[in-house]
Amino acid sequence: MEEQGTRAVITVVGEDRVGIIAGITAVLAQEGANILDISQTIVSGFFSMITVADLSGSAIGFTELKGKLEAKGLELGVQVTIQHEDVFRYMHRI
Amino acid sequence: MPIQFQPSEILETIRMVADEKFDIRTITLGISLLDCAHEEMGPLCERVYEKVVRSAEKLVATGEALEEEYGIPIVNKRIAVTPMAHVTAPCRKGNAADAARALDRAAAAVGVNFIGGFSALVQKGMTESDRNLIEAIPEALATTERVCSSVNVGSTKAGINMDAVALMGRIIKETAQRTADRDGLGCAKLVVFCNAPEDNPFMAGAFHGAGEPETVINVGISGPGVVLNTVRRNPGIRFGLLADRIKRTTFKITRMGELVGQEAARRLGVPFGIVDLSLAPTPAWGDSVAEILEAMGLERCGTHGTTAALALLNDAVKKGGAMATSYVGGLTGAFIPVSEDAGMIRAVEEGTLCIDKLEAMTCVCSVGLDMIAVPGDTPASTLSAVIADEAAIGMINRKTTAVRIIPAPGRQVGDRVEFGGLLGSAPVMAVHPESSEAFIARGGRIPAPIQSMTN
Repeated sequence: MEEQGTRAVITVVGEDRVGIIAGITAVLAQEGANILDISQTIVSGFFSMITVADLSGSAIGFTELKGKLEAKGLELGVQVTIQHEDVFRYMHRI
Repeated sequence: MPIQFQPSEILETIRMVADEKFDIRTITLGISLLDCAHEEMGPLCERVYEKVVRSAEKLVATGEALEEEYGIPIVNKRIAVTPMAHVTAPCRKGNAADAARALDRAAAAVGVNFIGGFSALVQKGMTESDRNLIEAIPEALATTERVCSSVNVGSTKAGINMDAVALMGRIIKETAQRTADRDGLGCAKLVVFCNAPEDNPFMAGAFHGAGEPETVINVGISGPGVVLNTVRRNPGIRFGLLADRIKRTTFKITRMGELVGQEAARRLGVPFGIVDLSLAPTPAWGDSVAEILEAMGLERCGTHGTTAALALLNDAVKKGGAMATSYVGGLTGAFIPVSEDAGMIRAVEEGTLCIDKLEAMTCVCSVGLDMIAVPGDTPASTLSAVIADEAAIGMINRKTTAVRIIPAPGRQVGDRVEFGGLLGSAPVMAVHPESSEAFIARGGRIPAPIQSMTN
């Protein structure tokens, strides 16, 4: 397991449209969050993107980044959730 | 580096919070107040206030930070303290309700909504301090907002203190009278226990037991909605498979309790105590234990088969949760508080669920007769007899049982009493009109039961 405590899972769900990935990743890049992986699917027009990002190089705090991502989500008409990676590690891995 | 999680896993977690009302119900900081004891009530109250505020100053901010980072609501941040009767023991004069008011001020200062531990443990007998505290409960609950009180009247090892049971019937009546303008709300913050756990994070029965460290973090999880959807998504499957599905679900939700508890303890520099894996309903539809039982195939909660359904649910919750956390404790099981569960309220109002069936259900699940409103003119001896029955179930079955009953002043069967918030609203339920007076008047103790020949 890599170093703890710096990775977050960002989930974006909503109706598909142009520029969702660009919009969200731009916020991450701007704030120094390094994207480690992206998985994206569209099921009958319903967009879902899951991003794992390393926040260790980010100058702003978790709460501030969360605020910026949620604001961008509002602008794009999608729901953005950012959660500490531990949530998923604890729930889905023994 | 490959993604470590399947998209379906991540979306499942998000759905639990967004659609299924999953939350961490409470992180509760236990604080020992033994070192606050003093011969005089004034300095004692100052010490209590100072210690609670000092120990808990970062509790709410830490809880809120975890909520942000993990994206999982932590509904309540609470405090449990040493049973106050232990702290006030050296204090021969003065009013124990003053100590409750000191707790209330401290709770307000640190921003927690409830503080538990205005309590006495009297399963075998009462000290002078215990009696003074119990007598002060009606005033304490009428003059505070956040204080919760509990009294342990029985245990498997000690039997049932029937003098205390008789006294508690009167205290409950008086508490209802003193808070009559709020439909007897004081009684919603008063629990009478048998086999009370010392590390329970849930209110109103939380207190910080004698075997606990200086401070400790205990976590109570919730999640009836998540289990309900699991049962609904699997209609008609056989019982073994159903139990397995419930276990898998409770494993996952308990893991969140473990994560939040460990991290909260680390950040506060306090030992981590236990996760209490209880299904705690809220008054919202879709977050009801009664609905889970109905989803298993019962037309209405309370009908024949309800006890068996609840037994399966309660056991599967424990089995799934036990593997998910390093320390299990508290009450751990399914709660069936009537006023806090939309499905229970409906079942009572439709006449399917009565107090006798609820009593039977408490034989196989967590806690007991919880948040039940009864007519305001119910005699104290009847309330005591209800407590005695419930304590007997706990004593014989080596489990925790409790009674939180509200004789709502001026209310009759068919009325509905509103408590607001998580406490919900309770339909007034019928009790048997036949008297238990002479039985309760006997006094003394019911001896501890034999521990072999278990049939």
